[in-house]
Amino acid sequence: MSLEDASLDIVPGELLAVVGENGAGKSSLMNVLYGLYHPDSGTFRMDGKPVRFKSPRDAIAKGIGMVHQHFMLVPTLTVAENVVLGREPTKRGLLDLDRACDEVAATAKRFGFQLDPRARVDTLTVGSQQKVEIVKALHRGAQVLILDEPTAVLTPQESDELSQVMRGLVAQGRTVVLISHKLKEVLGVADRVAVMRRGRTVAEVRASETTVSELASLMVGEGTKGAALTGVPAVASETPEAAAGPVVLEAKDLRATGDNGRPALQGVSLTVRAGEIVGIAGVDGNGQRELAEVLTGLRKLEGGEGTLLGGPLAGLTPALAKARGVGHVPEDRLARAVVKAMTVEENVALGRHRQPPFARGPWIDFKGRRERTNQLLTAYDVRPPDPAVALQALSGGNQQKVVVARELDAAPKLLVVVQPTRGLDIGAVAQVHERLREARARGAGVVMVSLDLEEVLALSDRVYVLYEGRVTGHFPRKDLDERELGRRMLGAEGSHG
Amino acid sequence: MFEVLHSLLFSTLDAAPALVFAALGAMLSERAGVVSVGVEGMMRTGAFFAAVAALVMPTPLAVLVGMGAGAGIAAVHGFLSIRWRSDQVVSGMALNLVAMAGGTFLLESLYGPNGTPAITQLSRWNLPGLSHVPLLGALSGHAAPTYLALTLPFVFHLLLTRTPLGLRLRAVGDKPHAVATLGLSVPALRWGAVLGGGLMAGLGGAVLSTAVLDRFEQHTPAGLGFMALAAMVFGRWTPLGAFAAALFFAFGNALRIGLASSAPWLLDLVPQGFLLALPYLLTLLVLALQGQRGHAPAALGTPYEQESR
Repeated sequence: MSLEDASLDIVPGELLAVVGENGAGKSSLMNVLYGLYHPDSGTFRMDGKPVRFKSPRDAIAKGIGMVHQHFMLVPTLTVAENVVLGREPTKRGLLDLDRACDEVAATAKRFGFQLDPRARVDTLTVGSQQKVEIVKALHRGAQVLILDEPTAVLTPQESDELSQVMRGLVAQGRTVVLISHKLKEVLGVADRVAVMRRGRTVAEVRASETTVSELASLMVGEGTKGAALTGVPAVASETPEAAAGPVVLEAKDLRATGDNGRPALQGVSLTVRAGEIVGIAGVDGNGQRELAEVLTGLRKLEGGEGTLLGGPLAGLTPALAKARGVGHVPEDRLARAVVKAMTVEENVALGRHRQPPFARGPWIDFKGRRERTNQLLTAYDVRPPDPAVALQALSGGNQQKVVVARELDAAPKLLVVVQPTRGLDIGAVAQVHERLREARARGAGVVMVSLDLEEVLALSDRVYVLYEGRVTGHFPRKDLDERELGRRMLGAEGSHG
Repeated sequence: MFEVLHSLLFSTLDAAPALVFAALGAMLSERAGVVSVGVEGMMRTGAFFAAVAALVMPTPLAVLVGMGAGAGIAAVHGFLSIRWRSDQVVSGMALNLVAMAGGTFLLESLYGPNGTPAITQLSRWNLPGLSHVPLLGALSGHAAPTYLALTLPFVFHLLLTRTPLGLRLRAVGDKPHAVATLGLSVPALRWGAVLGGGLMAGLGGAVLSTAVLDRFEQHTPAGLGFMALAAMVFGRWTPLGAFAAALFFAFGNALRIGLASSAPWLLDLVPQGFLLALPYLLTLLVLALQGQRGHAPAALGTPYEQESR
């Protein structure tokens, strides 16, 4: 159950932003609006008349279009095929692809998009795929366009472009509903902001009459305050570069193949020292994931060489990585970090289950395991602090805290984290960030892959930008610049190389 | 020499239709995202009911009955895998077991262990212009299913690549959620594909008992359904690819028969069991060479779940 007593007024010709924490019900509300989910109770009125949407077909017929957070595109089809799917032009019963291409090109042009209707969708950048999604909705005559977290995966440049697109649509008299948790961005583009919390709409304010911190406290509710809540950390990285210690990872010209059989890393070189956080920035799918897998022994290195904590990088296995002192907080914790049906203490012991205090000889040390788990649960503020409960009973944020606690408890010399705060609420984000800083202070080298540029900027001492499996930028903290990072994420090379 | 080749081609074309139809049926279902390991069972069901029906009605009509029976049992698979979102491989295998046991039970209790009584086979057509042309003459003298099997793959190709329905079927096998957000019904498309696949598999089975043989036999279709699956995979889930692969497997089958009859001395060298196993070994070899299933529809085997709230 993710919605209770949510209400929303959408005024034609305006840009309405809906903000709220993860799990506040923003997406659910929009999916109800789009006819994908069905409400248990409550009504919709359009132009004063009550409407009921049995399926997206009804919503589309009423002029509502939606761009989902996870794109709803068929990757193997072309742009035109994706756009006309469900309302295909035909000639004598056969698909008229030429006409489809012409129509789609015309729609795209009318709204100022550059799109090749004959390109296969899986060859497009994320930004272009998003344009296909928008064109798909507009092609169906959408008057109200809902965009669910559209900038989560975009570079700053692409986000700017999207803001212009949204304003342009509003200027043409269309209505845009923008769902986001990036408050600064929302205030820059929206006319009005609705705030959701725990399935309810708790406030509606004019964007010109509010501030980031006011929205933030509305999002989290009364009684919680502080700059950390805006998602922007209160304390910027303070460790000076000089404090970084000996090299823990030195890699040259790394090469590896991705799951799709195509080269994912095509010559990546990087250095990580003890006591620094090295951010890996890039648009999703440019080799970050594979890099993290190579560093943790999960993916075979196919070229290049490197030294990781005193041993060769080639031939690394997950066990070997662990033995040398590599900690790993993977992106998909349910697939790779935890066994959700097992208890919290069992998950805490995973990977170290043969060492004290989790084992004594060949036997499980139940008492030692319980004690250590209790300590960690307290130290990392996991709720509920119950070591015997199944891990899946915990919220995503608390699950992630358990993973981070386990990995840091092993005192890693190199910590590889991927998307460490994806899907977490603001409080948990702040805590995880704090833990990463602590690990750095303790002298661990941290490699942090994140698609969230704000996170990269907030935590990193140095940043490498990956584009198509190559490093297109390398910035020390003092040279960090969001615009420049964005340019490199789109493949532009520069003097920093 | 020509004579040997001619007879090899002729028996290839005789054996091919069952494989071609079943492979096309399996492909249809799988392109829409529903695994079709049950095709063996659907063939068996189709073969049985076609043979039984042919005892009381003209054989061409009996073939239609077989198709309907194939679709009927495919509906069970559809119900389990689409409606109830059960594991599609398990559901398909269950279908195979039910068809295996049920077919045997009905056969033995109604007609005894030696198969149904003989029926009138589908009549063979002589193509007057062709019958005396070398090699091409092998095209003449087959029953209707052979000629259908030579055309249907192209019809399916057209359907998948050039019609709105084909576009939707491909989309629903690769990304059902995208189809749902456009207001199209994922279950309806998948139901259509599964039932269509059942019709085709039923046809493939019916051909076995009405054209290849003249009755339903205990072991029909003896693994041909699995060979059809292999043809589909080898043909990379495309109609023309599956067609070519099915022809290739049918040729392997013809080769086995041809070798046994034209070179009896071979039987002194290799055990007969090896010859019998030849088409299956060929299938294994081909699949092993092909390697990964890189060309399968992306959402194949994944039940479609739309959160209800």
